[in-house]
Amino acid sequence: MDIPYTSKPRPDTGLYNAKVGIWLFLASEVMLFGALFSSYILLRVGALEENWPHGLLNIPIGTFNTAVLIISSVTVVMAWASLKMKQFGRFKIFQAITVLCALAFLGIKSFEYKDKFTHYEVWKTDGTRMTGHIEGNPMFLTKAKLVAAGKDKIEFLADPHHYSEGKLKIGAQSGEHKHVEIAIGDIKRLSAFVPAHSTYFAIYFTLTALHALHVLGGAIVIGFLFGPGSKMWHTDPDRFTNRVEVAGLFWHFVDLVWIFLFPVLYLL
Amino acid sequence: MSDHSEDISKHIRGYLIIGGTLIIGTVLTVLASQLELGHAGNIILALVIATVKATLVALYFMHLISEKQMIYTVLAFTAFFFAGLMAITLSAYHDFPNLTVTH
Repeated sequence: MDIPYTSKPRPDTGLYNAKVGIWLFLASEVMLFGALFSSYILLRVGALEENWPHGLLNIPIGTFNTAVLIISSVTVVMAWASLKMKQFGRFKIFQAITVLCALAFLGIKSFEYKDKFTHYEVWKTDGTRMTGHIEGNPMFLTKAKLVAAGKDKIEFLADPHHYSEGKLKIGAQSGEHKHVEIAIGDIKRLSAFVPAHSTYFAIYFTLTALHALHVLGGAIVIGFLFGPGSKMWHTDPDRFTNRVEVAGLFWHFVDLVWIFLFPVLYLL
Repeated sequence: MSDHSEDISKHIRGYLIIGGTLIIGTVLTVLASQLELGHAGNIILALVIATVKATLVALYFMHLISEKQMIYTVLAFTAFFFAGLMAITLSAYHDFPNLTVTH
């Protein structure tokens, strides 16, 4: 038995069924990300200014990644338009570019994550705080791990500016990095910029990782439609075009979410 | 959106223009964040630019500028519940207990 209304519209809705389905799914996605955005707002307004990190994310890289996602949004709609014009070759090119953009986005995001996992904040027993890198760029170190490893000090390359001192303009330099030696006994707390560091990084990783999972899921579907799934073009072109449109609608939503995530997490 | 291939080809130029506008909007978002407008001013400006960009994506890339009534009905419900969620969140703005520790 054939699945009804996969290519022709239902008389009562005027839409093929998959389109109704994807919009209902996107409606639920709006509420999912909406709930997390509202969590962000509550955490942000409840935080003391000196405890809310800012300026720690790389804005040029974030801007470039935003542009990559926008380009992929253009190519995904161009792929659909190519099928509407019966240009299967052009569809393949645009679809391939979309997948490459998705992989580029995830690659850049992974680089950003790794950068955070090797960037630390030290709270000293005298009440001072500093951010920077530990010699050797280890990941996920804590004071407990240092004590367990029998270390009595760390070599620390301290950043010239701490976020509690206020926001720096893009590209502004506030001095040189300083090499300091910190005794373990002088450390009250040590944390990389991981979710456990602060509410900011907890919500940053929650939002961006959930978004990245959406990018990955979208890339898999778009990749399938580029590769083995594209065989349907030769047997049922209307249905295949609709599949590409539905995948594109999801992809645009992923782009739309990032349009809000970028300023909220990187710039404000 | 019309399904005729002649109409689609006319839309392609529009998609490229919207794409270019979105990239310019991204650069504007970054530049606007450097303005000294006060914390609230910077937040409002950034969200206004983001909303304009999101509207362009929804209207043109997602074809909401010419969709069927059912999609608008679904989105009207979504907008209602999303607005309710944000209203509840904002109404809690003054409800933080003193000395809330957030890290």
